[in-house]
Amino acid sequence: MSIELLLVVTALGALVGLDVVSFPQMMFSRPLVAATLGGLAVGDMDAGLTIGVVLELVALDTLPVGASRYPEWGSASVAAGALCALAGGGAAAVALVATAAVATAWVGGWSMYLLRRANGVLARRQQPALDAGTPAVVLRLQGLGIAADIARAAGITAGALILFAPLVRWLLPRWSLSDDVTSAALLALLIALAAGTVWRLVRGTSGASWLALAGLGAAVLVLVVR
Amino acid sequence: MISSPEPLPQGNVAGVPPELPPPRLPLRAWLTMYARLLTVQGAWNYESMMGTGIGFCTEPALRAMPGGRSGPAYHEALARESRYFNAHPYLAALAVGALARAELEGRPAAQIERFRAAMCGPLGSVGDRLVWGGWLPLSSLLALLVFGAGASGWLALATFLVVYNAGHLGLRAWALHTGWHHGLRVAAALGRPVLRQGPAHVSRAVALLAGAAVPLVLHRILAIGPALTAGAVAVGALGALALILLRGRLEGWRLAFAVLVALTLASVVL
Repeated sequence: MSIELLLVVTALGALVGLDVVSFPQMMFSRPLVAATLGGLAVGDMDAGLTIGVVLELVALDTLPVGASRYPEWGSASVAAGALCALAGGGAAAVALVATAAVATAWVGGWSMYLLRRANGVLARRQQPALDAGTPAVVLRLQGLGIAADIARAAGITAGALILFAPLVRWLLPRWSLSDDVTSAALLALLIALAAGTVWRLVRGTSGASWLALAGLGAAVLVLVVR
Repeated sequence: MISSPEPLPQGNVAGVPPELPPPRLPLRAWLTMYARLLTVQGAWNYESMMGTGIGFCTEPALRAMPGGRSGPAYHEALARESRYFNAHPYLAALAVGALARAELEGRPAAQIERFRAAMCGPLGSVGDRLVWGGWLPLSSLLALLVFGAGASGWLALATFLVVYNAGHLGLRAWALHTGWHHGLRVAAALGRPVLRQGPAHVSRAVALLAGAAVPLVLHRILAIGPALTAGAVAVGALGALALILLRGRLEGWRLAFAVLVALTLASVVL
């Protein structure tokens, strides 16, 4: 991976990582979007989209609720899209890159926790000025928080690319399972995750199970007719 | 599953006196407040949570206080609004509108503090159910359905971003306007049918979309032979059953990580 490409993807990861919480939360940071953009940056949108769909189904389970700690999918997905595009797609590449992406998202979640702690330290230091209602301090705290979040997301994206690009390149030729078996394993995992997540989201809602079955029936019908 | 909404503070919150016509704010102040709401969590921390963000978002309205930016009322109000607060980031706009109006009307500080304390829970739980547990998965599954049905990746992405952000940006605008319009009486707005019953309707749509989207999109990206597909579906169903029986004690992404690492080891090492 060239330095120029590393910088482009890192910049993209920084902006997308910022979208997760700080600004503007328009969900460019969802894996479906972020990974596709990461793939596009490397010149293979389809590879980015494929890993984006996989990660989107994994991330459906993550609800960014309040102060809870959760994986940061934005930067991780940009890196994943770029890594998958660099690896040339294929089931083995998708499995390897998905592993790297989940690990990156986990570390990204920790980085958000540390950032929030650092924001707290900064705010505490400025408490007298905040208590005096000094607008410049409010503005500075917001600005510093956003700037630190950009740096955090850039670091996560660059770290993932630097660590995993050579690792994926090294592991890919050593992948012994066939494409079909690898795809079947991914399929089983994603079915389990999607069904488990949807059940968790809709349980307790009257009629939801029947609607899910109706949707499933329609999809099966479409696949059979095709 | 996201918890049910907490009981809403109903009616006359904190002894709010009869409603007066809202003060007037210049358009520039409205636009600045709306733009700043997009950064309401910019300085989020575990102590004041989004308190600094609320101060930052109400500040353009506070400039209209008696004495302007150099008056004591402005500084006292900004200090009050920058204290601890937490809510769903989109519905925080409701609090920003209501608090800005309360400050401009010169409501007593104690009344404003009580309102802030009363609104945190409801604004968090209603937003979490409606957006994170409803609108976000709905938009995501709709985009996956579009892609699974054979559309281009661009169309799938556009579907997601347009549908999600129509709800997102619309909700923020509605919340800011409603908060300002009702002031400290805004709790009643949270009892609206769309907010109380909307999550259940969205959940039903999520169920329908999930049933249709997941098989189609997985078939598109991971198409394999019928025998392997049947085996994968059977194993996947057992995995889903295990996740359901564990009742949320195992997060999906952790399971995914464990399975993917095991798959990698099996393929590369063994």
